[in-house]
Amino acid sequence: MDDNFEPTILAFFCNWCTYTAADLAGTSRLSYPPNIKIIRVMCSGMVDPKYVIKALLEGADGVLVSGCNPGDCHYINGNFKARRRIKLLKEILPSFGFEPERLRLTWIAASDGVLLAETLQELVAQIKTLGPSQARMQLVG
Amino acid sequence: MVITAKIDVKDHDLLDALRGLFKNILAKEDVNAILAPCRLPTKKMVMPTLLTDPVSLNSVDPLSPAFPMNNAKIVSRLTRKPSGGTIAAVMRPCEIRAFVELVKLKQARTDKLIRIGIDCLGAMGNRDYLNWAGENGDGAANTFAAQVLSGKTPDMGSVEPAQACQSCELPVAEGADISIGFFGVDTRQQILVQALTDKGGHLLESLDLSAAEEPASRRKEIERLISERTTFRDNMFAETAGKTDSVEKLSAYLAGCVNCYNCRVACPVCYCRECVFVTDVFDHEPNQYLRWARKKGAVKMPTDTLLYHITRLAHMSTACVGCGQCTNACPNDIAIMPLFRMIAYNTQRAFNYEAGKNPEEMPPLSEFKEDEFAEIVGIHN
Ligand code: SF4
Ligand code: SF4
Repeated sequence: MDDNFEPTILAFFCNWCTYTAADLAGTSRLSYPPNIKIIRVMCSGMVDPKYVIKALLEGADGVLVSGCNPGDCHYINGNFKARRRIKLLKEILPSFGFEPERLRLTWIAASDGVLLAETLQELVAQIKTLGPSQARMQLVG
Repeated sequence: MVITAKIDVKDHDLLDALRGLFKNILAKEDVNAILAPCRLPTKKMVMPTLLTDPVSLNSVDPLSPAFPMNNAKIVSRLTRKPSGGTIAAVMRPCEIRAFVELVKLKQARTDKLIRIGIDCLGAMGNRDYLNWAGENGDGAANTFAAQVLSGKTPDMGSVEPAQACQSCELPVAEGADISIGFFGVDTRQQILVQALTDKGGHLLESLDLSAAEEPASRRKEIERLISERTTFRDNMFAETAGKTDSVEKLSAYLAGCVNCYNCRVACPVCYCRECVFVTDVFDHEPNQYLRWARKKGAVKMPTDTLLYHITRLAHMSTACVGCGQCTNACPNDIAIMPLFRMIAYNTQRAFNYEAGKNPEEMPPLSEFKEDEFAEIVGIHN
């Protein structure tokens, strides 16, 4: 495998929990890998499946959706809706050759800056082991 | 409780017997119209037609292997608001299943509607049907029905039934008010008519038909069909999986697609009033295309073909009833149905859901439980 492979991972973070955790990680000088491109959304429940599909078809090596823990969702149950959508995508995308590990869902609270930094580092390591995504090399129509 | 009756068939003319039954139904005071497949006078094609005149029932033909559209969409159009009358709709099993999905989405209603389900004899693709059907419509329909029901492979020349029908393991109308049964019945003599709901029972009693027993051969014949179709389906899935299990292969599978979106227009359960793919979201500025092309060296036009199909799968595969109208509608002969049914099989199983089966069950993406799918949360699985 190419040792120089630097994956691109798209991360959808909910405004109230995981994004706040990312902020906290930043102010606490906890570093997380530059491979993660964060997109702030108001709620993990607003991540439309087509955002995930588009990201993977455009060559992202991984997609992470992260929201609040059960019971903490600012919109009451957006995180549970997100979980159903991720479940759905995990039934569809592997049929087309996307390894299930390329799509992840986590619940990380606003105060969990440390957990977030660790999770992101491990995620990057996992995807490095997986190698580049199939869609990277292709002219996808 | 199921009430079972029969109607007699004279001179092997199944069509005539069915038309007699529909006339009998239309004559009832509380039925104002019948929606049924009709052979149009000037064309060979059979189209859903709303009938109020008993004479016009002479062109009703639910037996011909023609299936130009899934009538769930039409029944939705007729029932989403009060129409001012009660309609009896003759429907194939996959039309009823699609209709049930639309009812769940509040795009159709069951009050003022009597669903008359028929044992489905299957159909051909549109083009095949038009080539096959001669001028003698009634004769062809009766011959086709007799051949299918005799258990023989019907003589269609070089034409085959649609793949959707060959792989359909639900050929009997379960969600109907009244079900018309051919399978396992001696259809040279009679046709079975069964009421599956109270509404159906009420109508059936008013028709004064002679009571009958469901012949023991019926269950057996249905089981035989299901097992034959399931084998076909599983082979179809395996073959389709082999052709689509990477982005490269999927691109090749869909290579002829021109983003016309006919497949979603024809799909009875593609329920959005406005599809995102025809909105401004995908109406990109000309310079955007150029930017993409520069970035990657090349960009296939029209863009976002795979995104369209996979997004549609995410949106409606849990509701896919396998009717095959997507394949039927494709101008470029892309086998969309096998792909969609294959994914639908997985997504429906994942949520323990069967499209069109139980009207009480909510569509999987419109509900959730707090305690479920723990295994997909986190990065250590
Ligand atoms: S995707 Fe195709 S087979 Fe499935 S319901 Fe829609 S038209 Fe029918
Ligand atoms: S009908 Fe055929 S060409 Fe048109 S969008 Fe669907 S698959 Fe593509």
